[in-house]
Amino acid sequence: MSTTTATTSRAVPGAHRLGGLLAPAGPPRRAGALAASATFGWRSMLKIKHQPSQLTDVIAIPVVFTVLFTYIFGGAIGGTPGHYLTVLLPGTLVMGITACTMYGGARLAQDVTTGVFDRFRSLSVWRGALVLGGLLGDAGRYLLAAAIVLILGVIIGYRPDAGAPGVIAAVALVIAFGLSLSWLWAAVAMLVRNPAAVMSLGLAVLLPPTFASNIFVQPRTMPGWLQAFVKVNPISHVADAARDLMNNAGGAGGPVIWSLIAIAAITLIFAPLTLHLYSKQG
Amino acid sequence: MTGDCPAIEARGLVKVYGETRALDGIDLTVRRGQVFGFLGPNGAGKTTAIRILATLTRPDGGTARVLGLNVASERNAIRARVAVTGQFASLDDDLTGYENLIVFGRLRGLSRAASKRRAGDLLAAFDLTGAASRPVGGYSGGMRRRLDIGASLIVTPDLLFLDEPTTGMDPRSQSQVWELVRQIAVAGTTVLLTTQYLEEADQLAEQIAVIDHGRIVAEGTSAQLKAQVGSGTLHVRLLDGRQRSEARAVLGGTLEGPVHLGADPLTLSVPLATPADPADVGRLVGRALTRLSEARVAVAEVTLGQPSLHEAFLALTGHPASPAATDHEDANS
Repeated sequence: MSTTTATTSRAVPGAHRLGGLLAPAGPPRRAGALAASATFGWRSMLKIKHQPSQLTDVIAIPVVFTVLFTYIFGGAIGGTPGHYLTVLLPGTLVMGITACTMYGGARLAQDVTTGVFDRFRSLSVWRGALVLGGLLGDAGRYLLAAAIVLILGVIIGYRPDAGAPGVIAAVALVIAFGLSLSWLWAAVAMLVRNPAAVMSLGLAVLLPPTFASNIFVQPRTMPGWLQAFVKVNPISHVADAARDLMNNAGGAGGPVIWSLIAIAAITLIFAPLTLHLYSKQG
Repeated sequence: MTGDCPAIEARGLVKVYGETRALDGIDLTVRRGQVFGFLGPNGAGKTTAIRILATLTRPDGGTARVLGLNVASERNAIRARVAVTGQFASLDDDLTGYENLIVFGRLRGLSRAASKRRAGDLLAAFDLTGAASRPVGGYSGGMRRRLDIGASLIVTPDLLFLDEPTTGMDPRSQSQVWELVRQIAVAGTTVLLTTQYLEEADQLAEQIAVIDHGRIVAEGTSAQLKAQVGSGTLHVRLLDGRQRSEARAVLGGTLEGPVHLGADPLTLSVPLATPADPADVGRLVGRALTRLSEARVAVAEVTLGQPSLHEAFLALTGHPASPAATDHEDANS
């Protein structure tokens, strides 16, 4: 019959194999929370592999900050760039990673606005997996940003007195701080659902506390109200902690403890908020 | 057990977006193994209904059970057994087709090895093996849609939602997708599809619900819907156009419907009302032709056309189904 011929010639060539593939699946399995998060983390890595330009942020920002601030401000503030580096480089590490945190939120906002998000939500997986997986990808990016800052720092003359253990501890602390901010941007992404809006909000929110901190200069010359802000600014604490850890000045003292408290507080506020907003999407 | 209950059972579903009642009290029963079609124009509420049944959106009123499970309280159990292929391809453009399927396999609880095996099998069945290692962003519309449906089958679902599976497709891709849907149905998966194409519902769905402004305005098989509208239309073509007014008088006197004059001066048509006994249609038409012959009106051609679903839609909703409408139904909600 002509209709049969027409149907056959129009069918997908492999479709005859489909019937055998569609046997009932049996009792449904559920991906574990960790396996699902790891899958989303793997997805982030695959996206970087296919779109290496996604790494522009974590490469450009640390390079620009480290080189620019060392040579522009170094001489004026700290006498010689070499001396200033011991104060500035740990701060640049904090600043570089802090500035990168908003990109993860922008990527999440991108996911939320595309159809793929609906498919993720239609699956029976732990609702935090997409965000947590994104954070795993972010951790990789932050590590890359940290490595760039440190390598550049060593090239232009920085020598961490505390050696490798101190540097590793400082990098771990700064990445933990970056991840706590990742939760913040994830929550913002769920609220505004627009990558460009997350970026502009990110810039507006991150820039003032980054400069109103002790990263570039000690707050002695600032007006009183600003000094008060700099003292409570978590970025100051994390920068101090990184200096302590890398330069062995005070070891794991007050700044490290304050930093850990700030990291825990930011995470405890924004992680549950993000998960709540995530489950309300749609 | 939940084996004997309907695949979908919904009562009085309501969803309100701002001032718009996207769903205004929908009742729905879909049998297991059925292909059920939601037919309606853009903005009718089709996507909203699917989103509620697939647990992506909560209803503002009414109840629904999917595979015997409550959409309000048993969302995860439902999600484990249904799959959704949305109106806009729900794939990751940056990833390859193969990687997309593996991601969804892993998220559906398959092991890494099982995900890879299944991804390979599905790519072959959907004729995408050659494109498997290319990022999906470069796929054609038809390829994307096939992969999208494939991603919904990474673990065979008990119920598959297909939201406008062929919107915007060329005819060849469209018939490929139709063939895939038939295969999926034959294998035993219940399919609920939405479409704004009358032909698509006619081709695929055993049961069709016509939805308009958030309400179901008619439901039945394609044949039942057509019957609800009328028995069809009698088309008559004359040999001589000068006899048309005479033919018109004869037909008007014999058949109950109004006589339409075609743009072609040789043609006339009469929509037929549905008589109590369908067999009477033939007798009525026969009598009309006898009268024409008695009046010496020379007839060149007579056809009895079944009403199209398009005519059915017009009769049921009072306005034509217009796929030309541009607003995408709550695409951003």
